[in-house]
Amino acid sequence: MTMIVTRRTFLAGSAAATGALALGRPGRAFAADPLRVAFVYIGPIGDHGYTYAHDVGRKAMEAHFGDKVKVTYVENVPEGPDCERVIRQLATSGNQLIFSTSFGFMEATIKVANQFPKIKFEHATGFKRTPNLAIYNARFYEGRAVLGDIAGRMSKSGVAGYVASFPIPEVVMGINAFTLAAQKHNPNFKTKVIWVNTWYDPGKESDAAKALIDKGADILSQHTDSAAPLQVAESRGVYAFGQATDMTPYAPKAHLTAVVDQWANYYIDRVQKVMDGTWTSSDIWWGFKEGLVGLAPFNASMPADVKAAADKLKADISSGAVHPFTGPIRNQKGDIVYAAGQKATDEEMLKMNWYVAGVES
Amino acid sequence: MPFKMEPRQEVSRTVVYATPVLAVLLTVISGYFLFLCLGLSPATTLYHFLISPTLTFYGWSELCVKAGPLVLIATGLAIGFRANVWNIGAEGQLTFGAIGAGGIALAFWNESGLWILPLMCLAGILGGMIYGAIPALLKTRFGVSEILTSLMLTYVSTLGLGILVYGPWRDPQGFNFPQTRMFTDSSLLPLILDGTRMHVGILVTLAISLAAWILMTRTIAGFQVKVVGEAPAAARFAGFSRNRTIWMSFLVSGAGAGLAGTFEAAGPVGQLVPHLTPGYGFTAIIVAFLGRLHPIGIIVAGFLMAISYNGGEIAQVEDRLPQAATGVFQGMLLFYLLACDFLSRYRLRRISARREVTPS
Amino acid sequence: MIDESIVHISSAVISASTPLLFAATGELIVERSGVLNLGVEGMMLMGAVTGFATTVTTGSPVLGILAAAAAGAALSLVFAVLTLTLMANQVATGLALTIFGIGISALLGSGFVGQPVPALPKLDIPVLSTLPVIGPVLFGQDGLVYLSVVMTAGSAWFLKRTHTGMKLRAIGESAQSAHSLGLPVIRMRYLATLYGGAAAGLGGAFLSLSYTPMWMEGMTSGRGWIALALVVFGSWRPWRVLAGAYLFGGVTILQLHAQGVVHLPAQVFSMLPYLATIAVLTAISAGPWRGRLTAPADLGKPFRPPV
Repeated sequence: MTMIVTRRTFLAGSAAATGALALGRPGRAFAADPLRVAFVYIGPIGDHGYTYAHDVGRKAMEAHFGDKVKVTYVENVPEGPDCERVIRQLATSGNQLIFSTSFGFMEATIKVANQFPKIKFEHATGFKRTPNLAIYNARFYEGRAVLGDIAGRMSKSGVAGYVASFPIPEVVMGINAFTLAAQKHNPNFKTKVIWVNTWYDPGKESDAAKALIDKGADILSQHTDSAAPLQVAESRGVYAFGQATDMTPYAPKAHLTAVVDQWANYYIDRVQKVMDGTWTSSDIWWGFKEGLVGLAPFNASMPADVKAAADKLKADISSGAVHPFTGPIRNQKGDIVYAAGQKATDEEMLKMNWYVAGVES
Repeated sequence: MPFKMEPRQEVSRTVVYATPVLAVLLTVISGYFLFLCLGLSPATTLYHFLISPTLTFYGWSELCVKAGPLVLIATGLAIGFRANVWNIGAEGQLTFGAIGAGGIALAFWNESGLWILPLMCLAGILGGMIYGAIPALLKTRFGVSEILTSLMLTYVSTLGLGILVYGPWRDPQGFNFPQTRMFTDSSLLPLILDGTRMHVGILVTLAISLAAWILMTRTIAGFQVKVVGEAPAAARFAGFSRNRTIWMSFLVSGAGAGLAGTFEAAGPVGQLVPHLTPGYGFTAIIVAFLGRLHPIGIIVAGFLMAISYNGGEIAQVEDRLPQAATGVFQGMLLFYLLACDFLSRYRLRRISARREVTPS
Repeated sequence: MIDESIVHISSAVISASTPLLFAATGELIVERSGVLNLGVEGMMLMGAVTGFATTVTTGSPVLGILAAAAAGAALSLVFAVLTLTLMANQVATGLALTIFGIGISALLGSGFVGQPVPALPKLDIPVLSTLPVIGPVLFGQDGLVYLSVVMTAGSAWFLKRTHTGMKLRAIGESAQSAHSLGLPVIRMRYLATLYGGAAAGLGGAFLSLSYTPMWMEGMTSGRGWIALALVVFGSWRPWRVLAGAYLFGGVTILQLHAQGVVHLPAQVFSMLPYLATIAVLTAISAGPWRGRLTAPADLGKPFRPPV
């Protein structure tokens, strides 16, 4: 829907805001009114990475419901003292469902959720839940395992380069899943990691990509937001994987595929549940199976058997036949962490702060 | 040119108060067209941007939360800026202050007592001072420009905080995410009013502003700083040491920034996280100059900045104003405020043929 | 193989250093005239988005580069009017310019996110570029890299050897005396500020057209601030600014290569470029150039010709 703010809605909005403040509870929506949904983003929607992907999901949800929803969002909200005010502002201005999309918003979201028990909150990638605060996350490691599978088959040097942002469990888990899958084909496969200490600095990401190729990597993966590493791969004639969205236009030859964040299904599902009155505080961690994680189309230059194997692995992970973290798994020191056949639990993966053998960081 | 500008002999009070009003008026006119171009309803958006943040009591409490650290840091910085000492690394000193205070909070996590908060403040002030002492030392000992060192050290401090919260200070129950435990009640600043985020740090900031005002206007030390900045030769003649001024400027501004970092960690945030501030240390530089380096002016400027930030958020929430546009609007507001300052110091006068020959 | 690594690493250093060098040589001229414009980050972003958008729209990188310089200069004109004509405080105006520039570049560029653009072609200098190692490193870069070095050399020559350059320095040292000697203080400061803006715009264009040929919001990621620090590092002399830019760029690249070889927390590596810059400047200041590293005496001080 278009955003034409008429005087009427404007007055209604501010009345709801002041009313909520005076009574300490959210403005009431009438049945005929659209459901008001809000998003809090950590980055700019123009980052073409993490926030961009959430915004694609937001747009799809908005398109799906049309006039039945009224959606707003706030970009570039810094983690720290400001996010609580933004989330609270969204709550007082009459939004009934609020998605806060970054881990660092966790404590602030909880505080506001406790103050507004009638409003529904959703926090991405966190681990604390309350009766009106649900948490959601995507099993990106499933996608990264498929990338590892492709890397293991495509790499000649047996060395992959990994441009990494910060050593949080999400990133560590991804590096490990990637490496383990590649080692299925080449037991000596190595993943060299360079930390850039930023989610988003095209220049630094490209420098790191160059250094990794100089260190012998002939295939690159990344856990940062920009397409800069792909451009480097393209110009240096090595393969690479995109991040969060299909980044093929940046590197038509080098881009094999990408783990695509597909939040749309979840957003549509949750909004529908609020409309139906069936929303409950849940804790989901969806992957391939539920369509939250996807893969960009394979590069035409990929051999058919590699494509077929990647599709099969995706299907097997989807069906539960394959778990990317199945033992034997050794850590960097060579100690067995998971015995043969043993699978990592969700909690163990969510806390992961150690690297598997073959990761050089 | 039919007009010329000449300095006002004496600055009239009316003009001093009228110029910011004129600046806001110009911003409103420009903003109107900006928002119109973006396909928004300009009047509504302007209302949300400039008026909404001040409409409710809660809104004012949030303005205090936002302006507090800006005012505290700017008050400290102003002392150095008056003496032409360029500390642009308040952000780093803030971070180190927060590290000091956070260290105490975590070390005595299991304890409770009224002594913990004062100790945290002390550690925060010390942290900021120590980090401010590095540029001061390099400047006085080796002549290294403080612009470079204080700026570069800011990046180092953020990474240093990262080492701690990604490493040893990580919350053991926090799924290995980069944040410390939440501070306990003994290490959190008491709230002035329940239901808001206004904490006692804001009262302390206000007290410091008043103290700075008295210091600058009524004491020898304040006079000394001013003279060193405005007339270095005269200052040397009077026996005021340049090095001592540099040290004092950095220690005072470091202490202010460090205390601000303490208040953020023990106030609205309640723990240490990798990105503790949204750039308060840099924004405070604008606040200092916008407030004409005067403690009371800084309070006004701090609130004005806070309105532009909080109002920008409201306009994004209510009108889906792109975040980029809030930056443009904020930039314009600052431009007009800075430009209109000119009118309080100069006036336009029509030049007649007669006047041109009169010696001025 | 080793030769090839040297070529790659050197080229990476050049890429990392060039945007800093553009912005810093420009700001150097500005500061030499006695003006302190802290809005470099905003002007770079303006150049980056304009250069990118123009190249995508017209298909001509040359037009893109020219437009980037013009856009940087246009933004600096706002600064010049405010600080030189209306005598607003330079530090505050520069910071406001950064806020404004970040916002306006994001607004203008919102339609260009996710679009690719071909990287600037390498301009191989005949014969020389075929030399082993040195050839591709020194003579096989794109045009902007050469331009950045030419601008550095030009600045050095301009400041030291030309009459106008000497006037500019005189104005930066004491606007009052320069004015009484009949020098056009305000006009020259205007021109210097515009040049600085154009150079920052070129630095931005290098980012969005050569270094990482794309547009993303805030893609300069603080490089404008580093450029400001490098002017100080170079003690307001062009060749030393170039040395500083390459030192910073060099350490930035080398710390990436050290990762995985030396085992330290990742953040320590990222600190190295900043610490190295401080350490080197301290060593220089304590050593042979002690006391000769002073800023232009009138830097940041407003000047209005007496009426």
